[in-house]
Amino acid sequence: MKTIPVSTRVNGDSVEFLCAPEETLLDALRNRLGLTGAKEGCGSGDCGACSVLVDGRLVCACLVLAAEAEGAEIATVEGMAEGERLHPLQRHFIDSAALQCGVCTPGILVAAKALLDHNPDPSDEEVRYWLAGNLCRCTGYDKIVRAVQSAAAEMRGA
Amino acid sequence: MSVTKPLPHDSARLHVTGAARYVDDLPVPAGTLHLAFGMSGVAHGRIVAMELDAVRAAPGVVAVLTAADLPFANDVSPVAHDEPLLAADAVQYLGQPLFLVVAETHLAARKAARLGRAEIAADPPLLEIDAALAADSRFESGPITWQKGDTARALASADRVIEGSIAFGGQEHFYLEGQAALALPAEDGMVIHSSTQHPTEIQHKVAEALGLPMNAVQVVMRRMGGGFGGKESQGNALAVACAVAARATGKPCKMRYDRDDDMMITGKRHDGRIDYRVALDGTGRITGVDFRQLMRCGWAQDLSLAVADRAMLHADNAYDIPAMRIENHRLKTNTQSATAFRGFGGPQGMLGIERVMDHVAHATGRDPVELRRAQFYPEMGSQSPGITPYGMPVEDFILGALVDRLSDSADYAGRRKAVADWNAAHRTLKKGLALTPVKFGISFTLTHLNQAGALVHVYQDGSIHLNHGGTEMGQGLHRKVAQVAAAAFGVEPDRVRITATDTGKVPNTSATAASSGADLNGMAVKAACDTIRDRIAELLAQEHQSEPRRVHFAGGKVFVGDAEISFAEAVDRAWRARVSLSATGFYATPKITWDRLKGQGRPFYYFAYGAALTEVAVDTLTGENRILAAHILHDCGQSLNPALDIGQIEGGYVQGAGWLTTEELVWDDTGRLRTHAPSTYKIPACSDRPRVFEVALWDGENREETIYRSKAVGEPPFMLGISAFLALSDACAACGPNYPALDAPATPERVLAAIRRARGEAE
Repeated sequence: MKTIPVSTRVNGDSVEFLCAPEETLLDALRNRLGLTGAKEGCGSGDCGACSVLVDGRLVCACLVLAAEAEGAEIATVEGMAEGERLHPLQRHFIDSAALQCGVCTPGILVAAKALLDHNPDPSDEEVRYWLAGNLCRCTGYDKIVRAVQSAAAEMRGA
Repeated sequence: MSVTKPLPHDSARLHVTGAARYVDDLPVPAGTLHLAFGMSGVAHGRIVAMELDAVRAAPGVVAVLTAADLPFANDVSPVAHDEPLLAADAVQYLGQPLFLVVAETHLAARKAARLGRAEIAADPPLLEIDAALAADSRFESGPITWQKGDTARALASADRVIEGSIAFGGQEHFYLEGQAALALPAEDGMVIHSSTQHPTEIQHKVAEALGLPMNAVQVVMRRMGGGFGGKESQGNALAVACAVAARATGKPCKMRYDRDDDMMITGKRHDGRIDYRVALDGTGRITGVDFRQLMRCGWAQDLSLAVADRAMLHADNAYDIPAMRIENHRLKTNTQSATAFRGFGGPQGMLGIERVMDHVAHATGRDPVELRRAQFYPEMGSQSPGITPYGMPVEDFILGALVDRLSDSADYAGRRKAVADWNAAHRTLKKGLALTPVKFGISFTLTHLNQAGALVHVYQDGSIHLNHGGTEMGQGLHRKVAQVAAAAFGVEPDRVRITATDTGKVPNTSATAASSGADLNGMAVKAACDTIRDRIAELLAQEHQSEPRRVHFAGGKVFVGDAEISFAEAVDRAWRARVSLSATGFYATPKITWDRLKGQGRPFYYFAYGAALTEVAVDTLTGENRILAAHILHDCGQSLNPALDIGQIEGGYVQGAGWLTTEELVWDDTGRLRTHAPSTYKIPACSDRPRVFEVALWDGENREETIYRSKAVGEPPFMLGISAFLALSDACAACGPNYPALDAPATPERVLAAIRRARGEAE
């Protein structure tokens, strides 16, 4: 089978891997790089469980080909904490009990970080609609919105 | 004390860092093979021939198995032995697995599975409940009927009789983590990792399929990415397929359903219809209700009998109705086998009586909350408790006080007036309001399932390791159980470690279902901890010439008379004195007895209660609608962990509202499920979160001796979502003089139809 060599950066580290032409970025992250934080919830870009950043843009990794990662900067949930020090979003998700089964959590954290990166002071409405592409079956979303808002407040230095 | 503290989920740090591993995330040995099912494209018929050469020749395919290749039992059913892993002859639903592809990669297996050609002599499929009823296609010989009082006489002598019916949809579980299993061949048996709520059942079915005793199969389950009942029996097929393929190839085998396959193959919540006739006396009081519950069970029995029983057991909900007759039909159709789903039939039964209350309030012009309140069971402490239609006294009823408090805190009266004013002033956007109660019975109705075991070890350094029979699916069970263990030893919960649920540690477990996880396993763990603690206490009492009852464990210390030592030192002393620091614990729920055929007894140890007020807005031109506000007051007894319990309540409410509003399963005329992915099947999204969402816990304790007087919380809040549905009904009723008779799910189409009925327009 034909394979494609890919050079990319994942969470700041240079990474090289071989992939099949039809292989998704999600499969490459999970199966070749051992980064299983991003999950396959639907495989069709509707649930957001595989959310990652490609060059700062929020994407569903199940809809991106691994080969498209060539030369790109990929950010996944595994890169959010700095060593043992959790990102404020991660801390507030724990403290606000904004997670249950945890499968949607990595994608939601990545998506929420993308929101706060360009809008540090979102309204509840903006949070709710920004995260509308990240399905959660457990929590009912209330604590998720509150966690994002309290993390945003902390990050603003409020 | 560690119980009652709002501590985070025990895996929370792993969840937020992406380090929590689910079955599909486990590193697998080199050479692991991957499986996929070839599925039937026909809903009903007989297999004439299968052409699988193209499948075998596809890239990466290692083996293809059919029913004839299965060495032992070809069955993955939990009860009735009516669910072949692979269809041998009869095809009974569209999506049914016909053959099993074993390949080098997940994608290769799925692609190859599409190349199979099955020649099936098709028969007309039975799809709808009315068709199944007409054909007398059902499980059990006929309908099950339970009665209290003389309903026929109540109807005959009524001042007024109200009749109607409500259709309700099914529901896809949509656990974010799809079904998955991994089989690792061992020296003389099989180790299975399965995303299952029921490890013992997986062990049992794998053993049957391999012709092995259960002791040759070990099932390990660390965590699920959601279960909701969908992993009580529906994981059997994957685990058995992996085991059979691993045995055939000698290689580790892994299977996960792609989301579309998951939705096409696995069972969902029972849909159906409830017909009702209600007798009213001259004062508008309900004197009798006759229910006919029709439930579509799909092609296999699975857990349907118990689900349907629970629908009957909740036909009364909170109401003391002198006469009630409940007739329940378990209909067999050529669709996915309906299965367990949070509430397990309770939501359907409760929806029936809440619809009755809504309809009667409309017909009599009474306030719906006042009407409900007047018909409630007597409150706890009453001299003569109410008796359910199945003969159980309701001794712990608190909904009178609970509904009063919620009405006050959420300002029901003020909102009612504001909604009426809004509706008088606005033509296009109508608002609606509903406040509905929940009384949910806690215990497995199959009495023998109400048991649990635990295994607790205390190590020399004072750290504690335990296992119990429950499974972690996101509900925070392990955290609650660790809090119980920590309280028993008087230490902080971070000293307690709970590892994967493992049939090799605790045997013969019941499914983590029926909201029972903390009730049963918490008690079993407490029993084991108490055993070890008592041994330590006895030793220390001897050493200090004291009494064991005067030895106390608190704050990480052990107090003996005037002396105090650290818990770790006490443990070290016990070890040196050759005292066993390991124990099992066991618990069996007391007081329960149940005769399901007669419909008489005490099937439940206690009831859990709650109530929700929901306010909605409806666009009468399009049927689109929104939840504007939700206020909830819910009873968890003395909560073991308020943070986790409120999470269950919020999630349950939203999931229940989803069942009755946005979540619509559509099958076409051939029996093909057309909504088999989130592109077409809409669970609530973050944007659907109510703008106002207030949740509070009822301040009280369980009158029964449950674990620290807490109450189960998994399922009961699901039915709070009924208030969202009836708020939509209320908004539709504001559009015209007639009862809107809204059906569920209340999609915009059904809302528009209900508005037309309210206005008396042709449908």
